[in-house]
Amino acid sequence: MLGLTKKDLQLMLIVTGLTMLAPFILNPFPESSGMAQFNAGYPDLMQRFVIFGIFAIGFNLLFGLTGYLSFGHAAFLGVGSYGAIWMMKLVSLNVIPAIFMGVIVAGIFSVAVGYICLRRSGIYFSILTLAIAQMSYALAYSVLTPITGGETGLQIKSTDRPLLSNLAEGETGRANLFGMDMRQSFELSVGDWLFTFNVGYYIAAVVMLIAFYVSIRIFRSPFGLMLRAIKSNQTRMSYTGLNPRPHTLAAFVISGMYAGLAGGLLVAMDTQVGPERMFWTASGEVVLMTILGGVGTLIGPVLGAGVIKYMENILSKINKDVLHEWFAFMPDGLEDFIVFLVYPFIGKGWHLTLGILFMLVVIFLPGGLVEGGQRISKWIKNRRKAKDTGGSTEPAE
Amino acid sequence: MGILEVKDVGKRFGGLQALGDVNLSVKENTVHAIIGPNGAGKSTLLNCLVGKLIPDTGSVMFDGQSVLGRTPHEINQMGISRVFQTPEIFGDLTVMENMMIPCFAKRDGAFRMRAIEDMMREKDIVEKAEAMLEDMNMADKHHMHAASMSRGDKRRLEIGMCLAQEPRLLLLDEPTAGMARADTNNTIDLLKQISDERDITIAIIEHDMHVVFSLAQRITVLAQGTPLVEDDPENIKGHPKVREAYLGETAA
Repeated sequence: MLGLTKKDLQLMLIVTGLTMLAPFILNPFPESSGMAQFNAGYPDLMQRFVIFGIFAIGFNLLFGLTGYLSFGHAAFLGVGSYGAIWMMKLVSLNVIPAIFMGVIVAGIFSVAVGYICLRRSGIYFSILTLAIAQMSYALAYSVLTPITGGETGLQIKSTDRPLLSNLAEGETGRANLFGMDMRQSFELSVGDWLFTFNVGYYIAAVVMLIAFYVSIRIFRSPFGLMLRAIKSNQTRMSYTGLNPRPHTLAAFVISGMYAGLAGGLLVAMDTQVGPERMFWTASGEVVLMTILGGVGTLIGPVLGAGVIKYMENILSKINKDVLHEWFAFMPDGLEDFIVFLVYPFIGKGWHLTLGILFMLVVIFLPGGLVEGGQRISKWIKNRRKAKDTGGSTEPAE
Repeated sequence: MGILEVKDVGKRFGGLQALGDVNLSVKENTVHAIIGPNGAGKSTLLNCLVGKLIPDTGSVMFDGQSVLGRTPHEINQMGISRVFQTPEIFGDLTVMENMMIPCFAKRDGAFRMRAIEDMMREKDIVEKAEAMLEDMNMADKHHMHAASMSRGDKRRLEIGMCLAQEPRLLLLDEPTAGMARADTNNTIDLLKQISDERDITIAIIEHDMHVVFSLAQRITVLAQGTPLVEDDPENIKGHPKVREAYLGETAA
């Protein structure tokens, strides 16, 4: 079905299920319980999960398949965002043309960047992309202020009058999809649980599913095979009559367009852009997401994006008072000591936790969280088999 | 006129004259060996033929067309395939995927964007790759990681990948270097079979005289960047100049 193999179709269905039911899955704790702060099922965060998932899927198409590590991918995200917000300010408040604009602008920009950077490979390629991204950031921050709004960035203002809209005098436009406001939500309260179904989230989720589907098709296509060949052995590739350059450029542009799509969606959800979106830490973040989840795997980047965004938004909100509340059952001295130990890893210290997690994954699970999952399922299968045969398959000491 | 005509090719690296006035003519559907002591310029010559190096002087014509100034993939698409001294294969991919890549390259050319089609549903490619693996006696290794195979198997896979492109000229750079005797003999048999069964010209650089004299129909001896002699194997064995330069007293 859908031109996928059974295994890929299964994966696609699982991802579809998870994204569609995310408001339930991410809100497992009752509102009044102390664990409620671990609930991630609010629209803003759910939107981030899927949008950065798209960003990481696109990044993985370049890094996972061809092995070219771009360290400036946030530039495409930023450029896509600027493209999208101008579309909204000038033409229409409908998100579809804005998102399209984001993809197109990022695509054109990545053709130019790719043409320059792909002359080199390895670390030189990474440095070139980093340099270009930092230049874009600096330009957006200062010289290009008339287009980018400089430090303050761009928002939709009450003075903006898009061509295809009939706003009342002084009314500030809102992003919509054929009249449906992105911020519109439907809340369902069941007992002590509150589930929020947000229009913006579902639009972003559907776009992510499409992006995920396309990425599966690319992975399984002859083009995807050629990209993996580039990663494996460029010499053999050239001496097999294949030109690596247009292949890598095409992968780079597709990847840049994914970033532009993510940038456009960010604007559609929250109509503002600032230059910090292109800063090098943002480029580094997508590298972390991909490696954490599993480079070159289909689902890995989405997982990585989810984990990092979850930590960024949930872990960072825990403060000292919350910790004291948690450990209140302990004797005073011990309580203070435990809080002292845990404190550096939460709140603003969430980067420390991320760093440790990243190190552990890279050292023990080079294939990322996906490899972790595979090992666990293998272990369970082996155990089950061992039980069936009466435990006689235990390896010899 | 041979299928490959090398005329007055010279190549200098700084102060070293690696090749000087090399003339070589390889006739169609023959096996032509290029031998010579270490540093004779054999590999430099080969690199000049496939576009890795550009000679300073002279011309290289393949089937009446100049190959100079073309990139390796363009030269390959003209019909020249190369087997490397250490097997160059796609180690991260499976054997089947390795074999499918040259099939795609033959059908679709140097670059064609086919990003949505499923590669396993390209019937003609899959069938051709499977047949080629069968020919190479590797049908049972389909799903193996290419990097995990033995050296002899890697070599056979590489030769198979080159043949899948249906080249007119196959260049081999010391194909049996570092191989055990049994593997060497298998490779000789394979190359013999290829040259008997297919419309193909083979040019081979080799150190091992056993390989050279069991395969070659014509031999060029290279020494210090210039060809000493070009002749049939029987005459090469007894040629005084060749003995002096390469075979030494032991070969007598």
